[in-house]
Amino acid sequence: MPNNISLKDQHLESRIYGARTITAILIVLALLAVVLMRYSKLQITEYEKYRVESERNRVQLQPLPPKRGLIFDRNGVLLADNRPSYLLSIVSERVADLDATLAELQALLPISESDLEKFHKKRKWSRAYEAVPLRFHLTEDERARLAVNRHRMPGVIVDARLLRHYPHGELFSHALGYVGRINEQESYDLDEVDYRGTFHIGKVGVEKYYEDILHGEVGYQNVETNAHGRVLRVLERHDPIPGADLVLNLDIAVQQAAFDALGDRRGAVVAIDTATGGVLALVSKPGYDTNLFVNGISSKNYSALRDSLDVPLFNRAVQGQYPPGSTIKPMMAMAGLQSGLVTPETTVPDPGWYKLPGDSRRYRDWILRIRGTGHAPRVDLHMALRESCDVYFYDLGRRLTIDRMYEYLHPFGFGERTGLDTTSEQRGVLPSTRWKREARAQVWYPGETISASIGQGYMLSTPLQLAMATSVIATRGLRHPPRFLYSINGERVVEPDLEPIVTEDAYWDAVYRGMRAVVHESKGTAKKLAKGIQYEMAGKTGTSQVIGIPQNAVYNEADVAERHRHHGLFIAFAPLDAPTIAVAIIVENGGGSSVASPIARHVIDAWLLRDAG
Amino acid sequence: MGDYVRQLPQGSADMARPPSFASRFHIDVPLLLLLLALTTYGLFVLYSASGGQMSAVIRQGRFFLIAYVVMIGLAQIRLQTFARAAPWLYAVGVAALVAVAFVGVGAKGAQRWLEIAGFRFQPAEILKLSVPLALAWYLADRTLPPRLKYLVGSLALLGLPAFLILRQPDLGTALLIAASGFFVLFMAGIGWRYILGAVVVAFSSAWPVWQFVLKDYQKQRILTMLNPEGDKLGAGWNIIQSKTAIGSGGWSGKGWLQGTQSHLDFLPESHTDFIIAVLAEEFGLRGVLILMGLYLLILLRGFWIGVQAQTSFGRIIAGSLTLTFFVYIFVNMGMVAGLLPVVGVPLPLVSAGGTSVVTLMAGFGILMAVSTERRMVTA
Repeated sequence: MPNNISLKDQHLESRIYGARTITAILIVLALLAVVLMRYSKLQITEYEKYRVESERNRVQLQPLPPKRGLIFDRNGVLLADNRPSYLLSIVSERVADLDATLAELQALLPISESDLEKFHKKRKWSRAYEAVPLRFHLTEDERARLAVNRHRMPGVIVDARLLRHYPHGELFSHALGYVGRINEQESYDLDEVDYRGTFHIGKVGVEKYYEDILHGEVGYQNVETNAHGRVLRVLERHDPIPGADLVLNLDIAVQQAAFDALGDRRGAVVAIDTATGGVLALVSKPGYDTNLFVNGISSKNYSALRDSLDVPLFNRAVQGQYPPGSTIKPMMAMAGLQSGLVTPETTVPDPGWYKLPGDSRRYRDWILRIRGTGHAPRVDLHMALRESCDVYFYDLGRRLTIDRMYEYLHPFGFGERTGLDTTSEQRGVLPSTRWKREARAQVWYPGETISASIGQGYMLSTPLQLAMATSVIATRGLRHPPRFLYSINGERVVEPDLEPIVTEDAYWDAVYRGMRAVVHESKGTAKKLAKGIQYEMAGKTGTSQVIGIPQNAVYNEADVAERHRHHGLFIAFAPLDAPTIAVAIIVENGGGSSVASPIARHVIDAWLLRDAG
Repeated sequence: MGDYVRQLPQGSADMARPPSFASRFHIDVPLLLLLLALTTYGLFVLYSASGGQMSAVIRQGRFFLIAYVVMIGLAQIRLQTFARAAPWLYAVGVAALVAVAFVGVGAKGAQRWLEIAGFRFQPAEILKLSVPLALAWYLADRTLPPRLKYLVGSLALLGLPAFLILRQPDLGTALLIAASGFFVLFMAGIGWRYILGAVVVAFSSAWPVWQFVLKDYQKQRILTMLNPEGDKLGAGWNIIQSKTAIGSGGWSGKGWLQGTQSHLDFLPESHTDFIIAVLAEEFGLRGVLILMGLYLLILLRGFWIGVQAQTSFGRIIAGSLTLTFFVYIFVNMGMVAGLLPVVGVPLPLVSAGGTSVVTLMAGFGILMAVSTERRMVTA
């Protein structure tokens, strides 16, 4: 080394080294300045942006969905409940590889195609960082399996929430309706804030009609979460306001009686509390288990319901429009009495058929086919009601004319929605010359008045309308709009009555007597009902010709014969001296009213004798 | 001389005293104080970054203890001894790298470790010191600035280990080692034309390197640096989260142990490579400035030691080690802030980890040896 040193120019070397050091220091300072500028940019210039960003990382605004209001019957029996249910949802923004995660989840627990389909659909229109539900109703076993594996799957969330449950399932299917998962269309129409964190909404029936009241108000909490989405603490919380509890006028005993009495037949029963218009029972058969819809019905189950020839999803009680047949006669009688065209004493000759003046066509009475003659040489109002004489009403109808018939029948609620607090109610048809001109662009033919006067032809009514009309008779003209709702959160809700029908008491008495005779006199068309009866009942039978079934379903050979049989109808109210219940029943293809009338007895028994039994 | 001093009542009294503790043990006091300040600061940040675990601090403290012992130990060694040992250290290091290629242990697709008697170590770590030492040894005896043939020889000395490490593959370390070698050449005074030439070559080789040398994951890192938002949950996640951590710290920070990004696990590698983000989040730009100030003082002290060195070897090694230390700082702080692609470079003396701390402090031990060699000569 000493040798080498002598060869080196020490002076030059340190001069170069000094220069290089200065260069190095300058470069170091320059690069440190670059770094410093970068940090200043992040920490000073863009501070606000990153502060917000880190806050958003840390704090999550979690919606707290409100508890849906409960639904009770008039006795406090729970009809719609909320039950805790565990659900699996995914925040896709936190998932690195969604397909891989879904595949992994599928290996852990069953996830159906329809679950996946719904998940993907919902994901498309959900907000960023929103948990999208994938599976509801996790079993304990599934939850355990998820808990073990969750750490490997960021963005996968399992939490409990309250889901609708219908303890009575099918019994109240058409009365209550159901909630179901919010679909895409609904999500556009809904208030985005109110429904944050809520996956379900009333789809039909009372559940839909009172959605606003049942839903409640969403709350929220600011929570601190870590990178894995786990909530560490709640920073701020605004509790949700639970939806209001509803008490309905429904009476489970009456509903059950109607449901059982209808048995396996297709048809509908509506029972109304005449004092208030409250709906005591509303049954449409076949029904379906409403619980199927809460968690998203499988497409297989749904198509089974949708495609069934029996149209179980169709609410016959409010959507079904049937010719009222002879059940219109008490209201027709009232029209005759009010118009002065008949008195209780007026008689009409009855050969078993009727002819319009100047027309050779014979309009037959139903009895002609059976006896070959009329009910009696001359028929008065009492007999006409008791024995359901067509000729009497043909004559009355002709004299009344269709437009006055409209005028008198309309106040009973025909041809117009009753306004029941439910969905999909139909208005039926109460024909008039004007109606025919507007709906069919045709003139009214006198023969059509004849059909209309016994509730056939164009005339259509829903079982609900019939029940309301029956209630109007039972109350001697009071018109309470039918109502499911009794109270909201314990507060009685009273709807204003419609303007009553004011007329002579004697007229009501005459119709009462006639309807009483239907059940209690030996020639009454429903005299079988009187057997063992503990109260007096007023009723009216009806049979209506089948024009078609409510949906354009494909007939299968075996069904055709059965499905062409007449519908059986029956309306009734009781007890006669102080009516409290009015009932309307239709049994599709029942053949006649004899299958419908016993149902009324069961329903009214359940109501009137509820304390006795 | 001693007698002369003694006659000056108010002169530099210390010169008259027997050698102080510091000089007896070859300790550069300013450097030691700066390092103590830095490592203490680092432990505070680490305590927070590791989620308030004292155990992590104790563990790191133990590494520091070992590292300080190594530093002071190396400071006792005469520079000639380093020069003499340099080629052997280099040979051992390269041999170990070759061994790694054949019998190395790997993790995550890279074969970087050697396992001897149950101890795992990265031979590349030895090279971080032995490459500059060997180059300094190789050049110090020649006339400086080095002639072309020695330059070629240096490049060969430098290229061999860099190539071996690149094959492991470990691009980051290979580049760092290449840089440390380059700093030796730079401080030895190679002509600017060579430096410019190297820069031109580097730029013109960018495309072929991208095409043929870089592995997909390495390309990905570069792409991610350029556009972290392109892959928010994958490779971009780290950078987005570290930038968020840094930015949200603002000027004064969220406070010690209050950093949400790191404490809520949003920040990856928060106690190792990304620890600067924790510091920036909790102590703000103020804290970053303090850290950079400490680093700058250490760097300046390093350069000062180089300038004061009496031998070419000492000068060159002091300057190049200082610059290498700077590269660590720059690369780490740059990558965490999204300026540079993510490579596995820890923040010197702050990031948790034993190996890098020991290697760095060994480097400072050599610096102290250079520094005190100078004093002993003047004394």
